[in-house]
Amino acid sequence: MLENYFPVLMFILVGLGFGLVPVILGRLVAPNRPGSEKLSPYECGFEAFEDARMKFDVRYYLIAILFILFDLEIAFLFPWATVFQEFIAAGQVAWFVFGSVMVFIAVLVIGYVVEWKNGALDWE
Amino acid sequence: MNFVVPDFYPAAAEILVAVMALVIMLASTFARRVASDLAYGLTQLTLVFAALVSVLVSPNLLAAVAAVISELPLFGVRLAEVLMSLAEGYAANEVVATFSGMFIGDMLGGLLKVFSLLAVAIALLYGRGYLADRKIDRPEYYLLSLLMSLGMMVMISANHMLSLYMGLEMMSLSLYGMVAFDRESPRATEAAMKYFVLGALASGLLLYGMSMIYGATGSLELSGIAQSIYHQAANKTVLVFGLVFIVAGVAFKLGVVPFHMWVPDVYQGAPTAVTLMISSAPKLAAFAMAMRLLVYGLFELADQWQTMLMFLSVLSIVLGNLAAIAQSNIKRMLAYSGISHMGFVLLGLLAGVVDGDRNFALNAYSSAMFYAVSYVIMSLASFGMVILLSRAGFEAETIDDFKGLNKRNSWFAALMMIVMFSMAGIPFFIGFFAKLSVLQAVVAAGYVWLAVVAVLMSVIGAFYYLRVVKVMYFEEPVDSTPIRAQGEVRFLLSANGLAIAVLGLLPQGLMSLCAYALLASL
Amino acid sequence: MTDMQKLYLLVPLAPLAGALLAGLFGKAIGRAGSHIVTILGVAVALAASVVIFQDVQAGNTFNGTVYTWMKSGNLTFEVGFLIDPLTVMMMLVVTFVSLMVHIYTIGYMHDDPGYQRFFSYISLFTFSMLMLVMSNNFLQLFFGWEAVGLVSYLLIGFWYERPTAIYANLKAFLVNRVGDFGFLLGIGLIAAYTGSLNYAEVFAKGSELAAQDMAVTGWPLITAICICLFIGAMGKSAQVPLHVWLPDSMEGPTPISALIHAATMVTAGIFMVARMSPLFELSDVALSFVLVIGATTALFMGFLGIVQNDIKRVVAYSTLSQLGYMTVALGVSAYSAAVFHLMTHAFFKALLFLGAGSVIIGMHHDQDMRNMGGLWKYMPITWITSLLGSLALIGFPFFAGFYSKDSIIEAVHASHIPGAGYALFCVLAGVFVTAFYSFRMYFLVFHGKERFGNNHGHHDHEGDHDDEEVSADHHHGLAPGQKPHESPWVVTLPLVLLAVPSVVIGFFTIEPMLFGNWFKGVIHVGSNHVGLSELAAQFHGPVAMALHGLQTAPFWLAMGGVVLAWFFYMVRPDIPAAIQRTFRPVHALLENKYFFDRFNEIVFAGGSRLIGKGLWKAGDQGIIDGVAVNGTARLVGWVAQISRLFQTGHLYQYAFAMIIGVFILLTFWFNLV
Repeated sequence: MLENYFPVLMFILVGLGFGLVPVILGRLVAPNRPGSEKLSPYECGFEAFEDARMKFDVRYYLIAILFILFDLEIAFLFPWATVFQEFIAAGQVAWFVFGSVMVFIAVLVIGYVVEWKNGALDWE
Repeated sequence: MNFVVPDFYPAAAEILVAVMALVIMLASTFARRVASDLAYGLTQLTLVFAALVSVLVSPNLLAAVAAVISELPLFGVRLAEVLMSLAEGYAANEVVATFSGMFIGDMLGGLLKVFSLLAVAIALLYGRGYLADRKIDRPEYYLLSLLMSLGMMVMISANHMLSLYMGLEMMSLSLYGMVAFDRESPRATEAAMKYFVLGALASGLLLYGMSMIYGATGSLELSGIAQSIYHQAANKTVLVFGLVFIVAGVAFKLGVVPFHMWVPDVYQGAPTAVTLMISSAPKLAAFAMAMRLLVYGLFELADQWQTMLMFLSVLSIVLGNLAAIAQSNIKRMLAYSGISHMGFVLLGLLAGVVDGDRNFALNAYSSAMFYAVSYVIMSLASFGMVILLSRAGFEAETIDDFKGLNKRNSWFAALMMIVMFSMAGIPFFIGFFAKLSVLQAVVAAGYVWLAVVAVLMSVIGAFYYLRVVKVMYFEEPVDSTPIRAQGEVRFLLSANGLAIAVLGLLPQGLMSLCAYALLASL
Repeated sequence: MTDMQKLYLLVPLAPLAGALLAGLFGKAIGRAGSHIVTILGVAVALAASVVIFQDVQAGNTFNGTVYTWMKSGNLTFEVGFLIDPLTVMMMLVVTFVSLMVHIYTIGYMHDDPGYQRFFSYISLFTFSMLMLVMSNNFLQLFFGWEAVGLVSYLLIGFWYERPTAIYANLKAFLVNRVGDFGFLLGIGLIAAYTGSLNYAEVFAKGSELAAQDMAVTGWPLITAICICLFIGAMGKSAQVPLHVWLPDSMEGPTPISALIHAATMVTAGIFMVARMSPLFELSDVALSFVLVIGATTALFMGFLGIVQNDIKRVVAYSTLSQLGYMTVALGVSAYSAAVFHLMTHAFFKALLFLGAGSVIIGMHHDQDMRNMGGLWKYMPITWITSLLGSLALIGFPFFAGFYSKDSIIEAVHASHIPGAGYALFCVLAGVFVTAFYSFRMYFLVFHGKERFGNNHGHHDHEGDHDDEEVSADHHHGLAPGQKPHESPWVVTLPLVLLAVPSVVIGFFTIEPMLFGNWFKGVIHVGSNHVGLSELAAQFHGPVAMALHGLQTAPFWLAMGGVVLAWFFYMVRPDIPAAIQRTFRPVHALLENKYFFDRFNEIVFAGGSRLIGKGLWKAGDQGIIDGVAVNGTARLVGWVAQISRLFQTGHLYQYAFAMIIGVFILLTFWFNLV
């Protein structure tokens, strides 16, 4: 029973190794000459002018959540699309299968309309 | 490819609520000026119709309701006939599973749905004036309560771990939103945050338990799980390990010790209208969840979960009653009282199987159901009274706010007295019979010590209920503002209070309805 | 539900509806509205009872459950009806007398501010009494029993501003508590040993009970049950020594004295024992007990009637004595005679009370007979009807009372159970006494010198002490020169309507009720008891019985009583005073009602106060308050404070508690797998 899990153990070990070995090697092998520029926080392109733990605009989350919602919609549609072919071949319930996804999309469209109308998509 | 088109009929009420939620969403978006009133009206209509549809799609429930109606004078018989004819042509199966076994239509579900939908409707009605006074009666509130109802209905009718979890989350997420509905209030936000984080933790525990059960039995469908355990195809160690987490998840939703910590804070922090909502219908849904998971799915493990429930219920009854005594805030007090009441519900649930003998099951579970239903009725009335005393700019929160209520309005004082007496379990109110039937089940199962503890603690518990009565009748009012409320609130609250008294005199009807629902569904 | 069953339900519910309407909406519907709805309710009940009566005559009885209230273990608590000849007879009597009293009340309570309240109460009483008689189980019987007691309590204290009324209703309540305690014990024994509260089921197990002894004590079970039940009947039907409340209950308005304390409620005990005849027949000891108590009540309460001067009190003592007769009949297994006397008595005693009430109205609420006299001229209808009632009461041949009382005396004569000799003496002597005090009252009130109007203000009762204060505030009396006048028609109509059955009902019903098949299957007489069988052999129709009655001892005893009363109070009024002087100790004994009240006050009231004080000091303050209550309260408070500490408000602690909870549950996992 337990030997079945051996690959898992190996996987963990290899994973740990991949993570740790370069860091340890770098510490051991690389030269270490710090300077003020080198120790300053890395920001891509612009100056680090305040605390990293700054407040994000709440609208950022709003957009992110809305994005995830529609992202998930697509995620649901992929598996459906793959089996839909087979349902068409079987005939019988194809319209039902098609219709149920249309209802699913319709619900999301209603949600989209509501959030648009309520101004959730306007940045200002 | 053996896909079957599902039978939508048993889920007609759920579909109605879902469609109406969308309609209300659109309507309140496009008709902003009347949005609140429109959403409120449509929500109430939807709830009442959904309750009616729930009756119509459950042939057993319909027959029981029609039997009651035909006893009424005047048009009773005719009305019953009309009702029956509405459901004609639908095969009277006792239990129907549909949506590939994800959804089950039975009388237990039907009855619980009717009660919870009506409870939501009553809670909305009581709370409307309160929300309007605080300028938070936005259409989204009604939308959320409708979605919460949908979640509850899915949960009540779940026959599958996934649909159950989906319903649970739908209900919980709506409730989190409702608790935080008063965005300006820091207390409400804090309460919502606590509720959300702890709820998420509980959901996680529950999901973990479900995955364990799935791992052991290879099925997510409750009947499949039950069969797999019955044929001893599952690893018991893993099963019971999963069971622990399932029980924890159920216990959180019921709010029993030690998963109760959110209850007092959320009850106190949330706007009273929302507290009213949380303390009523969701308790029925949580009861249904316990029934579906533990009785429908894991009945073979009854010996194990009964022991766990015993631990939870004793702690709840003891701690709930003792802690309630120390409260000066009435919402907190009622929260702790709710914890002890849920302990009593568990008492009924844990008395079903004795040494492998299942003859007690029906009696025990129906007593638990009766208790849950009566608690909801009492809870609606008690928080309804708290709402009644509050007004714009004033929250009736402490027990002192009830001082001298008899002098201000003797009718409502009498109603509150009925509610308190009933909650304390004084004969002859419904609370007495609820306690009595649960205790009988416990004694029949041979746990006399448990019954003794429960009785002792309720005697101690009677103290804090009677204190409210004492304050109302024997102390001078500090606040002499006349009590004002809309006609329908007055009427319904009176009916609610009187129902507690009348059902206390004539409890047999409701009791046998519960028993019959279980008999037809198990 | 069949139509008949709906009708059964209608009988108690119609008065209840009337009571609720008059009680809750009395202000809204006004005085006229109140009496209309209540009278309508009772009239409907009476009409329904008549229909049911015809149905029962056709042979349709009913025994079934209407509503199952709750189940506790194997015991079912139900609301059910048992409709049989006994029930339907009681229903007719109750609804008829109640209707008469309702109508009468319109006149009697005309100026009372509590008009609506009164109507509500008497309708409520009718409902309770009907529930009592229609019951098919002990629970409902007990409900009705307590409900009539409650309404009686409310009505005795109807004029609640009067301290005497409050004292009287408290007394009635407390004395009935004693009886009800016994009654409840009896029901409890039955429930414990048969596991059922349904009459039919209990009776079916009667012989089983008779074979058993009680646990622990070893007493014969059936005797214990019957005596306990009878103690209940003693309280309700005012048998010695639990009779003390009935005379005081005359503090209530006269209509209820007629309805509750003469015709119906006080006979509930008699009805109950008759209903339980299958049980009582199994215990000779209990029957003897019943017999002796009844005989004592019949004679010795009659004596007290002789010395009373308050018109209502005379009638009250006469009621006590007649209840004694009924109890005697029960004791000799002549249950149907008891019920028969119950029925005739209900009519003529209600008539006498209402007649007395009419006199009281005429006298402007003066109740002292020494201030009356010669009223026949002024109140002709009251006079005639009272005379008819009195004749019925003393058992004058052809009158209703004759048939019932004579049957009882004959039944006692035929009986052989222990105590029958004593009982025979008591009932025979009782006939004389009854005739004497009845006609003493009759002569004092309606004949002789007109004594009213001249000694207004002088109300020397010489009676019991609690009566003294009464005279001050409600015995108004007539002013000098004022004449009494006949009461309005609402008062006299019930008198006339009641006078009819008082005269004829015995003649028409004796044959079916006593010797026919009317009570067959309802009342059970054991083969070892004589009951009425010897009487039945000698019975040759009501006319023959009455003619034969003219030659028997009871008739001449009654005549002797009448003549003596006439001689004492019409011819030589100085003799009673002389006798009173000569036999002062006897008179004092009677005046003080055999010192029952004094005895109760000193022994029971004083004793319980003493015990109460002892328990209060030592038990309550010391142990219960000190240790149990305050100790527990402190403990509870302490635990409550501790549990409050856990509720810190910190989210992470809450989550931590949940995790701990899961871990504790996991320990179950270790143990349970």
